[in-house]
Amino acid sequence: MNVASLGGIDCDIHPALPALRSLLPYLDDHWRDAVIQRGVHELNSIAYPDNAPITARTDFRSSGGRPGSDLDLLRAHTLDHFGSKAAICNCLYGVQLLFSEDMASAFARALNTWIAREWLDREPRLRASIIVPLQSPERAVDEIEHWARDQRFVQVLLPAMADLPYGRRTYWPIYAAAERHRLPIGIHAGSSYRHPVTAGVGWPSYYTEDYAAQAVGFQSQLTSLVCEGVFSKFPNLRVVLMESGCSWLPAHLWRLTKYWRSLRMEIPWVDRSPTEIVRSNVRLTLQPIDTPGEEELLKTIDHIGTDGLLLFSTDYPHWQFDGDEILPAELGADLIRKITVDNPLETYSRIKETLSS
Amino acid sequence: MNIEVRDRSEAPVVALLPTAIADCDIHHSPKDLKRIYPYLERRWQQHIAEYGLIPRQAYQAGPAYAKGQPDASRRDAWPPSGGRPGSDLAFMAEHHLDPNNIELGVLNMIRPHPGAFPNLDLSAAVCRALNEWQIAEWTQKDRRLKASILVPYEDGPAAVSEIERCAGHPDFVQVLLLTRTVEPMGQRRYWPIYEAAASASLPVGVHAFGFGGSPPSGGGWPSYYIEDMVGHAQSAQNALTSMVIEGIFERLANFRLVLIETGFAWLPALCWRLDNIWAKLKSETPHLKRPPSEYIRDRVWLTTQPMEEPEVRKHLFDIVDWIGWDKLLFASDYPHWDYDEPARALPLAIDPAQRTKLFIGNAKAVYRI
Repeated sequence: MNVASLGGIDCDIHPALPALRSLLPYLDDHWRDAVIQRGVHELNSIAYPDNAPITARTDFRSSGGRPGSDLDLLRAHTLDHFGSKAAICNCLYGVQLLFSEDMASAFARALNTWIAREWLDREPRLRASIIVPLQSPERAVDEIEHWARDQRFVQVLLPAMADLPYGRRTYWPIYAAAERHRLPIGIHAGSSYRHPVTAGVGWPSYYTEDYAAQAVGFQSQLTSLVCEGVFSKFPNLRVVLMESGCSWLPAHLWRLTKYWRSLRMEIPWVDRSPTEIVRSNVRLTLQPIDTPGEEELLKTIDHIGTDGLLLFSTDYPHWQFDGDEILPAELGADLIRKITVDNPLETYSRIKETLSS
Repeated sequence: MNIEVRDRSEAPVVALLPTAIADCDIHHSPKDLKRIYPYLERRWQQHIAEYGLIPRQAYQAGPAYAKGQPDASRRDAWPPSGGRPGSDLAFMAEHHLDPNNIELGVLNMIRPHPGAFPNLDLSAAVCRALNEWQIAEWTQKDRRLKASILVPYEDGPAAVSEIERCAGHPDFVQVLLLTRTVEPMGQRRYWPIYEAAASASLPVGVHAFGFGGSPPSGGGWPSYYIEDMVGHAQSAQNALTSMVIEGIFERLANFRLVLIETGFAWLPALCWRLDNIWAKLKSETPHLKRPPSEYIRDRVWLTTQPMEEPEVRKHLFDIVDWIGWDKLLFASDYPHWDYDEPARALPLAIDPAQRTKLFIGNAKAVYRI
């Protein structure tokens, strides 16, 4: 499917930090010294092993540097190629995986500054998610407040799994700040690996299982966000689930809503059905499309009950599709336009405002 | 109190089920644990008296998350003679087996399933005692009932001994594990169990629940019972992923798996996702010769309860069409509160051939009865 003429909003791309030393100019003296004196290692997460096939498409790997680390290549491979009017940078460098909240706060600030200086300042089509030190909700809020005035930051970024389920009240100050600044919470595949990536069945053997488990982790997080009452407390908060597809969503909502009907006395603040809550407050990025053909994808959208939840994404430079096979053409022009342009603009008001100005 | 909040007029009520059915998930229980003492060595009776049955969770007894109903059971399932729901065979027959025309009932002991005990010797001893007890007190007294072999599944060799000891008895129809194991259940420590089950031509039943010690979500411990309950579908997806990706189905041609009380509507999406990922990452798992969905299509069955409930009921048709009408086994989960009533649970007007398969034919085929 050639979407280049649509001027879409690419809601998930991954600029890569070339190396930890790239952060040195943006760290204060203490942490710059620490990186050098202590020999701090690279913070590349096991969620994307450098040379695993999914981590980068073969034709997106260049001879030098990490895939996604070169702006010119990123322009050629994705922004220009798919004709995107805007693209949201989700940098997955593992600062959210650190145990020390001091270190995580310093590194998150440096990483956000690096994104602003080296990507957003150099390419007007780019937007970014704010990386927050989830290790301390208080300092995560500080980070949101620090960047919120910059309209190019359009979202707050969290990994799919961390210390506590995301509905837990500990995290609510983050949601209050995000809602206040009209920043969706973007939850991206990946984990801080505090726990096995499975739902209580232990640590798996293969990377294949880890990647598959991300969609399962999203299901648990959605349950937590709904059941703890995040959307009752913050009705204008948007949550965007990134890079685990959408085909798992209908079955999960059928189960969650069924149990809500019988157990809602336990969570009386959930005063709308989970299905309704998800339709109004939750969005999902398109890639990877796990359905084997357009029939299954169309039925999945029918099962979700609305075509308003899917947001166009290339997931550059991850390998989710070959060539230009980003969307089955059989979806039809209207639906493709909705996914590519309308749904993203409806989700990211900051992009909508800055594009039209 | 249960209030009807949805229009159920679409659901065809099959008054007095015209044909006999199979119920592939019934939960029995000793009235109290002392009932199994005739089958348990004195050493373990004394151990239980002093230390109890310590699980991998905080409380000595009872659930980590307070349930929604006493003993997680239907309020009308408490036997007039006293004891827990599911502990009185005569009452179970009168309340459930007779009125629902159940020809074949598969008993799954999860109250407790001793395979989850961290003390492996205790686990083996109580499994053995419960296996003796369920034959003597249940299947021999009501020929409609079959039982599942409880195995100390965290101890492979002990589990194999128990399978070999029990497998010859015609009242046992499967080997039973719980989903939430210490390590993902495709891992090697569990392979001897699957080899022994396959050699005995018994399917392995994996029922929701268990206490492997890690939190029931990859993102940590949730707060509520509803999260724990919904989460069993997530645990099952991870467990099945492990079985497939580790190559159990590739290595053991006779291995068959029945997932019990984990829901089923998630299966097509999981199959698509595994196939999609495997297509890109197959260099990691050269032991797999076929796409994951093919192993699942050939060798995995699922029980129906708790059946997912889409707003548009025909959506469930799409799911069953994708899974295959020959792969689902009706189950009620008697006497638990989220019981699916045979006459009303399947909200679909299905043709008689599909109906027969789902309500009894598939069960007889997988359990070879």
